Amino acid sequence: MRHAKWMRDIHLGIENLLLHKLRSFLTMLGVVFGVGSVVAMLSVGEGASKEALEQIRKVGSNNIIINSVKSVEEETSTTAQVRMSLYGLTYKDHQRIDESFETIKQTVPVKLIREQGRLGERSLELRLVGTTPVWFDLVKRPLSAGRILIPSDVENKAAVAVLTEFGARRLLATRNTIGQNLRIGGINFEIIGIVQSEGGKAADIQLPDQEVDAYIPMDVARFYFGDTSMKQTSGSFELKRVELDQVIVEVDKMEDVEATAKGIETMLGRFHNKKDYVMSVPLALLRQAEATKRTFNIVLGSIACISLLVGGIGIMNIMLASVTERTREIGIRRAIGAKRKQIITQFLIETVVLSTIGGVVGLGLGVFIPLLITFIAGMPTVITPVSIILPLFISVGIGIVFGLYPAARAADVDPIVALRHE
Amino acid sequence: MNHSGSSNNGIIILDQAVKTYVMGAQDVKALNGVNVSFKRGSFWAIMGPSGSGKSTMMNILGCLDRLTGGRYMLEEQDVGTLDDDALSEFRLRHLGFIFQSFNLIPQLTVQRNIELPLYYLGWDAQRSAERARELAHSVGLGDRLNHRPTELSGGQMQRVAVARALANDPQILLADEPTGNLDTATGDQILELLVALNQQGKTIIMVTHEDHIAQFAKSRLHMRDGVIERMEGETDAAR
Ligand SMILES: Nc1ncnc2c1ncn2[C@@H]1O[C@H](COP(=O)(O)OP(=O)(O)O)[C@@H](O)[C@H]1O
Ligand SMILES: [Mg+2]
Repeated sequence: MRHAKWMRDIHLGIENLLLHKLRSFLTMLGVVFGVGSVVAMLSVGEGASKEALEQIRKVGSNNIIINSVKSVEEETSTTAQVRMSLYGLTYKDHQRIDESFETIKQTVPVKLIREQGRLGERSLELRLVGTTPVWFDLVKRPLSAGRILIPSDVENKAAVAVLTEFGARRLLATRNTIGQNLRIGGINFEIIGIVQSEGGKAADIQLPDQEVDAYIPMDVARFYFGDTSMKQTSGSFELKRVELDQVIVEVDKMEDVEATAKGIETMLGRFHNKKDYVMSVPLALLRQAEATKRTFNIVLGSIACISLLVGGIGIMNIMLASVTERTREIGIRRAIGAKRKQIITQFLIETVVLSTIGGVVGLGLGVFIPLLITFIAGMPTVITPVSIILPLFISVGIGIVFGLYPAARAADVDPIVALRHE
Repeated sequence: MNHSGSSNNGIIILDQAVKTYVMGAQDVKALNGVNVSFKRGSFWAIMGPSGSGKSTMMNILGCLDRLTGGRYMLEEQDVGTLDDDALSEFRLRHLGFIFQSFNLIPQLTVQRNIELPLYYLGWDAQRSAERARELAHSVGLGDRLNHRPTELSGGQMQRVAVARALANDPQILLADEPTGNLDTATGDQILELLVALNQQGKTIIMVTHEDHIAQFAKSRLHMRDGVIERMEGETDAAR
């Protein structure tokens, strides 16, 4: 019964709004754009933070990655026929990092070698990754077939390799995968497993793995390929000696990541007189990215709030005009016996109906805009239940907040004054 | 408690009623000590020159305004003790208004206008519609239910207003110059309607300044400067 009464009141409200279709429509537009921008903003923000979380997952939120780089001084040295460069992280560095920090859970040394891999008549330029089984702990990638490196491979200095799915597809084609012999630099490696690789970059963060990786035991890499490599560039030879190309550190607790990174930096600084390494802390990068996004969201949010405010004021303005225009009607209703709160309810319902319809239309707009953004700019956007329900509450709230004053004005109409015949 | 004014059987009793309007420095006493008792089933015409306090009296009787002095008893209830909501409730249950300018709500159909008091009484849509149809019929507008007031003549609009005033089945009808905007013939028809209603037992208080109109009432009350000047007709109920 109460339910039927409300339905009737809302129906009556809609009837009244329909008496001035254009006016109601124009009044509604403010809320339409306000709510539309809130929904759009929420979904863009949501999409961005979801992407950020995705990146954390791929890189490892607790990881610190240290890469060897040729220092700047080295870069600008002689133009002699044969250049020798010696730089980067050492086995000793790795050992020191591994032993010096309580906060570190585990570390993995990485040695990178570019070599051609051959299997039958097929070949592919591989990135040989000499590492330890810990790699697969830190760079978690799903295993497609076989197994990953295990400690006994390291102990036995076994010539075994784990390929990426991409590499495996290129080299093995349709042939049975596991157990094949892959020829790299004249040495036969047995393929023991295949992992899926994310490869490349996720936004502004370099992922540790690549699609053309072949993972082999560290000592095997050292034994067969050594630390020195030679490169011929436009008539000059370049010899370079790098012990480790990368060290990946996993910190136990997320809150210790940044402090540990600082500690490692300080420690490395003591043993390197050149800056021949760079550290990257994905967490810090992500924090930075998220901070930027938060600022972006605050700006967008303020704009959305202002447009909601403008929409609300627009509604209030029109409702005040409507109250003035309908003074006589209000007087009649009051004389007949309508209580103040019934007049308030009548006008509030009209305002809330107006703002809620505006909110629903705005929701449609706010769902459409992110789709457009994703389509045009390729930015990820996510529509969550919150980004749909919240704006609906907001639009009802706007109707109430901005309708209350005009409704109170309506209830204050004195029937004697309103009905005094001209 | 046993005040002299409430000792008789009046449905409406004004006891030393004073209404003062504060207008800047000087006060205007629109009612200046009115004592009157209207019996159930009476039909009064309130007359008097402009500014004599007729409208003020109607506003007071209609529970739209409050006295600044004295007492107003309506259906044995001291109106002065009621708050705004209770006054509304009182109007809704006991009073029907008929205005000079009809005061129909222009955007509502005849049916919706007649249903208005029932809406506030909380009747459901179906019962309200039935009652509105009956009432429209009884005032001779059964075929105009879906018309808007602007599509009706003055006489028809006043009939709708009468139907609306009757919707809540009030004991008392208050009419402020109900024929003021109508030609004589149409006005007479409305008055015949009121006479018939009075014969059915409704108490009717009507303001008019026309003798011809006042003759339809059973009693006449003349006001001057906020006081009752004289009464004529069936005046036994007034003191
Ligand atoms: N709202 C008001 N404020 C001030 N004075 C008023 C008001 N209403 C009526 N009056 C004064 O009260 C007196 C009686 O007015 P009213 O009841 O309207 O008389 P009538 O209806 O008989 O012409 C007049 O002098 C009028 O000016
Ligand atoms: Mg008057």
